[in-house]
Amino acid sequence: MDLFEYQGKSLYQDYDISHPKSSLVKDLKQLEEVSGLSYPVVVKAQVQVGGRGKAGGIKVANNQEELDKIANEIYGMDIKGHKVEVLLIEEASEILEEYYISFTLDRSEKKYLMMLSSKGGMDIEQVAKDNPSDLIKLHISPSDGLNEKDLNDSIIQANLNQDYKTELAEIIIKLYKLFQEGDCDLVEVNPLAITSEGVMALDSKVALDMNAKFKHENFELLEDEIPIPEEEKFAKEKGLNFIKLDGSVGIIGNGAGLVMSTLDVVAEHGGSASNFLDIGGGAKSETVSAALEVLETDSNVKSVLINIFGGITRCDLVAEGIVEATNGKELKWPIVIRLDGTNSREGLKILKNNPNDNIFISENMDEAAKLAVESGN
Amino acid sequence: MSILIDENTKVVVQGITGREGQFHALRNRDYGTKIVAGTRPGKGGESIESIPIFNTVEEAIESTGANVAMTMVPPAFAKDAVLESAFAGCELIVCITEGIPAKDEAEMYDIIKKQTKSKLLGPNCPGLISPGKSNVGIMPHEITKKGNVGVVSRSGTLTYEAVHQLTQLDIGQSTCIGIGGDPVPGMSFIDVLDEYEKDEETLAIVMIGEIGGSAEEEAAEFIKNTISKPVVSYIAGVTAPPGKKMGHAGAIVSGNKGTAVAKMEALEEAGVLVVSNPTKIGNAIKEVI
Repeated sequence: MDLFEYQGKSLYQDYDISHPKSSLVKDLKQLEEVSGLSYPVVVKAQVQVGGRGKAGGIKVANNQEELDKIANEIYGMDIKGHKVEVLLIEEASEILEEYYISFTLDRSEKKYLMMLSSKGGMDIEQVAKDNPSDLIKLHISPSDGLNEKDLNDSIIQANLNQDYKTELAEIIIKLYKLFQEGDCDLVEVNPLAITSEGVMALDSKVALDMNAKFKHENFELLEDEIPIPEEEKFAKEKGLNFIKLDGSVGIIGNGAGLVMSTLDVVAEHGGSASNFLDIGGGAKSETVSAALEVLETDSNVKSVLINIFGGITRCDLVAEGIVEATNGKELKWPIVIRLDGTNSREGLKILKNNPNDNIFISENMDEAAKLAVESGN
Repeated sequence: MSILIDENTKVVVQGITGREGQFHALRNRDYGTKIVAGTRPGKGGESIESIPIFNTVEEAIESTGANVAMTMVPPAFAKDAVLESAFAGCELIVCITEGIPAKDEAEMYDIIKKQTKSKLLGPNCPGLISPGKSNVGIMPHEITKKGNVGVVSRSGTLTYEAVHQLTQLDIGQSTCIGIGGDPVPGMSFIDVLDEYEKDEETLAIVMIGEIGGSAEEEAAEFIKNTISKPVVSYIAGVTAPPGKKMGHAGAIVSGNKGTAVAKMEALEEAGVLVVSNPTKIGNAIKEVI
């Protein structure tokens, strides 16, 4: 789960990682209360999309008057489809040098990866492309952790200012701790700056590994602060993995791979999916009826395809869920169902015993997709 | 022959007293799998339908000669359970558990690799089956048939889809394996492909990938250099919107690498027969054998 910059910085607080003094504004009325900060300040739009600086979402204010003006400009602004509803107001730092640092998992090496560069403050992907030797990569053994000697070597190799090497090593170790102990998928700081007040993390891009929710009480609080699209909210409450797409064929399936591939097969038959909906493994009948309820809220849906291959999921329970949600009702759209795998015979029998004019059974995925596309036309 | 498990495999089930653990232990035993023990700390000495329960894997191995672990414990305990099996000397650990933190996965993989000789399959995988011999995991064995095609996949339900088609076309399988879609899977495509290459009974291979990561690209390179048997492949996620997470932690598209198209091209270049639709896998295998 990607965090907002201000959320990432609240985690900096927990790990004693120095960053600029700041104030958070979620409502413009709070602007009057932005006290205790000394000017100049930087007003930063809190949106989860890159390029906010170029879009005018980051500006410097030298006094209260400018702050009011700039805050009013940025608040409510649309940055690449993201509406600005939170502003982070920070004391501006006098920057001497800007570096780049990140910690992430390198999946092909199955190790953690630290990337460090003296070319911070700019597009790091471009640096990696144009001058790969300016980006130092250090693989870290997950069981041994970050080795101080390797870190010091990397600081030298990356050509960072040696006058600050101790301070740099300290803050990098703290960032690693946040990444490792804090169960983050990503900790990225650009820039990590040497300022007149010492080394500071000026930005934060932190992504949390939500599988580690059980270890961290604050994950849920952070999650609650992140807005999700209205149509995905209900699905989430019901434990469904739902993503809204642009097409008209509603898709329900079990397992991310099978659902993705159902999307592909629908496309092959000239249709396009209105969503991605994975009921997961071992779904109960309630899960299936909730999934159908989710699709009902989408006016773009013209037909529905339910594609289930039972393993740990039992087709009889899926069929029960479908019957619960549809029995005796006049359906808004045709539903094409394909059931295979664990208890599919029982499942098909349940459907046969509860017929509905708008429910069609199909024997395989290809035919089912074709029928779903055609019946929605 | 088959790979990794066969009729002589003796399985200890970690978490046998849980709902899923018990269900699959008994179902797999009914299929003919030698489920010789279960573990649950504090319940040693008890039994479930005559499968003895031990407090530790070490005790289970000592008493029963178990050599493979099937791990079905909740995510918070999975790392410790997997490491316990590895240090107790299990040759293969099949971790079914879904939802393990990535840091736990990375650490356990690293420790197993450095300090033990065990192989790890998963986590977050459906396990593996050598039809007619042994089923260690949650795959529905009804859809399998003994034969000569090796199947390997990152996705559980897509594995079933492919296996089902093969069986309907009367094409049997040597072994079917789901490696799981998590960020740090134990065995990779390459590890499994290598096993299939060495297995005399396996004549052709089905490999099912999906968007995200670079495991398929690495596998393509390996196939080009090492695999002499025909390979048929399907990659899920051609129409998945870029950048959207699709539930598998692994399925995140980043840049050029990791897209379905990039993977398909890499595989085709390695001489693999790539199909555009999963329902064509069965017939494609028919074509190559």
